[in-house]
Amino acid sequence: MSTTTLPATDEPVRFFDFDEHPHPEGYSTMLGFWIYLMSDCLIFAILFACYAVLGGNFAGGPGPKDLFDLPLVALNTAMLLFSSITYGFAMLGMAKGNKTQVLVWLAITLVFGGCFLGIELYEFSELIHEGAGPWRSAFLSSFFTLVGTHGLHVTFGSIWLITLMVQVSRFGLTAANQRRLACLSLFWHFLDVIWIGVFTFVYLMGMLR
Amino acid sequence: MIPQPAPVSPILGKLSLDALPLHEPIVVATFCGVALGGIGLVAALTYFKLWGYLWKNWFTSVDHKKIGIMYMILGLVMFLRGFADALMMRLQQALAFNGSEGYLNAHHFDQVFTAHGVIMIFFVAMPFVTGLMNYIVPLQIGARDVSFPFLNNFSFWMTTGGAVLVMASLFVGEFAQTGWLAYPPLSGILYSPGVGVDYYLWALQVAGVGTTLSGINLIVTILKLRAPGMTLMKMPVFTWTSLCTNVLIVASFPVLTAVLALLGLDRYAHTNFFTNDFGGSAMMYVNLIWIWGHPEVYILILPLFGVFSEVTSTFSGKKLFGYSSMVYATIVITILSYLVWLHHFFTMGSGASVNSFFGITTMVISIPTGAKIFNWLFTMYRGRIRFELPMMWTVAFMLTFAIGGMTGVMLAIPPADFVLHNSLFLIAHFHNVIIGGVLFGLFAAINFWWPKAFGFKLNVFWGKVSFWCWVPGFWLAFLPLYIMGLMGVTRRMRVFDDPSLQIFFVVAALGAALIAAGIGAMLVQFAVSIWKREELKDVTGDPWNGRTLEWATSSPPPEYNFAFTPVIHDLDAWYDMKSRGCERPLTGFKDIHMPSNTGAGVILAGISTLIGFALIWHIWWLVGLSFVALIGGAIFHTFNYNRDFDIPAETVAETEAARTRQLAAGA
Amino acid sequence: MPRSRPLSARLRALLTLPAFALLCGCDMVVLNPAGDVARQQGDLVIVSTLLMLLIIIPVMALVVLFAWRYRESNKEAHYEPDWDHSTGLELVIWSAPLLIIICLGAITWVSTHLLDPYRPLARTGPNQPVAANVKPLEVQVVALDWKWLFIYPEQGIATVNEMAAPVGRPIRFRISASSVMNSFYIPALAGQIYAMPAMETPLNAVFDKTGVFQGFSANYSGHGFSKMRFKAHSVDQAGFDAWVAEARKAGGNLDRAAYLQLERPSEGDPVRRFAAVETGLFDRVTNLCVQPGKMCMHQMMALDAEGGMGKAGLHNVRHVEDKTSATGTHMHGGKSFVGEICADKMDVAVRAQPKPVRQAPLAGAGLKQPSGAPTPTAPSVASETRPRPLS
Repeated sequence: MSTTTLPATDEPVRFFDFDEHPHPEGYSTMLGFWIYLMSDCLIFAILFACYAVLGGNFAGGPGPKDLFDLPLVALNTAMLLFSSITYGFAMLGMAKGNKTQVLVWLAITLVFGGCFLGIELYEFSELIHEGAGPWRSAFLSSFFTLVGTHGLHVTFGSIWLITLMVQVSRFGLTAANQRRLACLSLFWHFLDVIWIGVFTFVYLMGMLR
Repeated sequence: MIPQPAPVSPILGKLSLDALPLHEPIVVATFCGVALGGIGLVAALTYFKLWGYLWKNWFTSVDHKKIGIMYMILGLVMFLRGFADALMMRLQQALAFNGSEGYLNAHHFDQVFTAHGVIMIFFVAMPFVTGLMNYIVPLQIGARDVSFPFLNNFSFWMTTGGAVLVMASLFVGEFAQTGWLAYPPLSGILYSPGVGVDYYLWALQVAGVGTTLSGINLIVTILKLRAPGMTLMKMPVFTWTSLCTNVLIVASFPVLTAVLALLGLDRYAHTNFFTNDFGGSAMMYVNLIWIWGHPEVYILILPLFGVFSEVTSTFSGKKLFGYSSMVYATIVITILSYLVWLHHFFTMGSGASVNSFFGITTMVISIPTGAKIFNWLFTMYRGRIRFELPMMWTVAFMLTFAIGGMTGVMLAIPPADFVLHNSLFLIAHFHNVIIGGVLFGLFAAINFWWPKAFGFKLNVFWGKVSFWCWVPGFWLAFLPLYIMGLMGVTRRMRVFDDPSLQIFFVVAALGAALIAAGIGAMLVQFAVSIWKREELKDVTGDPWNGRTLEWATSSPPPEYNFAFTPVIHDLDAWYDMKSRGCERPLTGFKDIHMPSNTGAGVILAGISTLIGFALIWHIWWLVGLSFVALIGGAIFHTFNYNRDFDIPAETVAETEAARTRQLAAGA
Repeated sequence: MPRSRPLSARLRALLTLPAFALLCGCDMVVLNPAGDVARQQGDLVIVSTLLMLLIIIPVMALVVLFAWRYRESNKEAHYEPDWDHSTGLELVIWSAPLLIIICLGAITWVSTHLLDPYRPLARTGPNQPVAANVKPLEVQVVALDWKWLFIYPEQGIATVNEMAAPVGRPIRFRISASSVMNSFYIPALAGQIYAMPAMETPLNAVFDKTGVFQGFSANYSGHGFSKMRFKAHSVDQAGFDAWVAEARKAGGNLDRAAYLQLERPSEGDPVRRFAAVETGLFDRVTNLCVQPGKMCMHQMMALDAEGGMGKAGLHNVRHVEDKTSATGTHMHGGKSFVGEICADKMDVAVRAQPKPVRQAPLAGAGLKQPSGAPTPTAPSVASETRPRPLS
């Protein structure tokens, strides 16, 4: 840094880029979206931390063993994992430029996502019906919040998925739509990763505790 | 004084006429003043037919420069509000002796100090800092705009939406009476049943979304849009500190969002995260909020460290001393700022080893900070220092901040903190670093970059009046607080027993009055400068003999910033270009691709604010309706695929020709 | 730090008298307290200030000097526009603060352990070790909305908004709160510590001068916070006995019902005295089970550690309609709590409850225990996750 002037050369130093090309549209989008996901990941980190701190505070109420229905949760996990695979097939279709294939696989993804949400809602409603709502203990508060926040993300992901299906079917696999599909793909797989954490730390370890 | 909760109606929720604070004459008078002023403003805008202009050229603008200026205006307006709160506190504490209750009751006073803290941090310091980064960073890295221009506009309006909610609480309902961090259980529904804490929560949530998104935006901008040749170690220091600040924003604001959401769930859904019964833990809240809260301090100060570096180097006519150690110091501070949060509550009883660990990490931060001060010092060494206003603020900063840093390290020693925690000594300390660091830095920055933004310099006389009111005013206002801290006087007290303290509070109030004069002089400075802008005109685009790229373009810069993207060969890129006789290109312009304005940001942020308002007042139908509108609006916005346009080469040529004529006329 | 005492005394004379006392003629209680713990803490403030002034003063002087010397109009000064690096100088500017922080860090580590408020006192003043047979005076403190309750189990009395202790006798405060966070602080005696509901935070301290001192809450706790003040009397043994006798004369019994009355929010309460206190009241306060029919925290935690009470426990929730709650329309509005399941057993549990882990006192810069036996890893004795709810 200590040199102000470079050694003089015959060729004049170029101070301006005279034939620049504008950055392609969406040049920074993937990086930006990835950073957003990391910030979202932090929110989940806090919720996991809360669960870790409060997860044992049953307030004289039921604990995980009394409440969790592991086969149901396993089924739920399968739904979400399958939806990630089918989303992957949609992306493969996109790489081939096959619009119909993309739409079909997105629709299948949506069905799996819907099943996941349905099962989760069923699980929640059963718990609340029994009286084990989020107000009963700090354990239940942190459980409902962690799992519910994930569910909320899946819900928004599904709304986004529907929007993208409409856009792909109307405008085709344009560059903008491909970029959006790639972002949603990141989002969807990210939710999968979070769910694996939830399944392991909340459900499996809860049953072991 | 706790207002009895109104019955919840299906249409208006908890909102009723009782929510209007008609029993508080001070609030009513303020409301009349604000309403009259507001009506006057609206009338003037309508009379001069400015609405269309404002909407088209400002509110919907995606230009980072205009958004930056709007952030600064937001910060300034909220600064006046926050400072009014400060004056009210100083007056109350100067009066409430010898059995006198002062002029503020507890319900009002507790809102005033809470609002002062919340406003000054979230709606003054944050908009100022964000606005500054927004304006300067793309220019310094030779970019045409930020990476996500629409997002930038949306972020600004979300921040404004939060500010609107805080301001609304003044006239509709009440604000939180919990202190600016709203520790539970006090902020829980059992002990704060009113809407005050809800205003706090939703104002910060709405604004927090804006802050996080703008953080992401600027990180990506700095990483992806630097001009060719600008490697990371050739980035200007202000850009470096901005990068670190935005990394801190992205890595800490989600924590705030999460912890406030949990507090909100406790209040709305009766969960038990921070309650006393049912297994909650209020101590977890204190930990979590400070995991955000301490990095926040560095979010505020780091960009100003960048400003001081630019200013010192420019006005000393020298390269910055120790650029790389400056950069590494910034990075070290960024990382360490996550390892010190517990020093805000040594007195919670974490145990000696834990307390010592956090005490020592806190002290370690003073090493890179100290190195920075030395670097500025040795930048001045063997320079030719021009004492223009930015440099005056910088020297005032170095002298003031050194003391603030020292008292900070004192508070980092746990046993010393046990006697000083929550005392007025602590108040004096953090005002010492925030006023002496953040505000002085902002004033330096405003005086430094104003000519860049508006094409004319600021009036020096009124600037000096402001300076000489602010600096002694600061010491007059806070030295008594340091002393009273050592006398064992604690913060947030509304009335006092000990009559011997009164004189200190009176002196502090006089200091606040002097600061008020400084703020007044600053406003006069702006007005006089605008009035006499022709005399103060800067035609060169480089009024201070600057060193970084923002001075390479005209003042104010054209919409596209640079007709041709500059190529960087040296750290002080513009100084390098000047010293090697770089010629400004006059021909060969091309079309420039730019993002189009859009009203979507204003609309979506407006709906978000409405959701916040509806949630505060439990107006559930409106929550549902506006939520659907928000989702619908966002989806609708994604159907707009045409978001860019080209500035034709002829327009660029005309703009550049005008600059050529201006330069010739100035020469 | 027996040997550092005269030094710090001289430092105080050097610094406080000219710099502060003359400046304001005021009572700097933090630097001139009436308790050994507070005195050591005040000394730390001074020592750390002096250490940092070693670097702060030269820096500030250099700022002024350079600003003056290298002003633009001074054409005689050297001007080197390209001088931007010097490895030697960089080493100095990083290592000078580092050295000071190393000193301060060492002081911090030692003093934080020595002055750990949880640790029983090893001395009541310089060169005045606490004899092994001295039993500290236990004072149980509860921060109420917005007043202070002091319970003296040894004497069997309780007071509101006034406390007293014999000078020279170590005091062991056990501090808790009824509803929200407060901070218990008597600047003349010792540093503060938070008073939190469902928690117990200890504070060990001793008066070394007689007098009447201010005590208050140092953490904002709501509308009545400003008036949450009390007088702390440091008296000789006879004075203390008289003070206790006065309380005994006052009559009144602080039982659970009286406590629940007292607990209600009120501001600026006068001093009150109770001649008798229900046994185990403080333990009930910290366990949030003064209210009849409410399960104690420690029992709840014991149950939770066993895996909770299963679905049967779901309905063991009782509600109190509370008119101050704004949430009457909500599903679980008002105050609710987990009901107790076995009253008799629990009372036994309260009485038989083990004390939280206590540490041995420490003395001297080496963090040795006063018995003389060096503790190999003294610091690790501390820590654990405190404060802890009693269980």
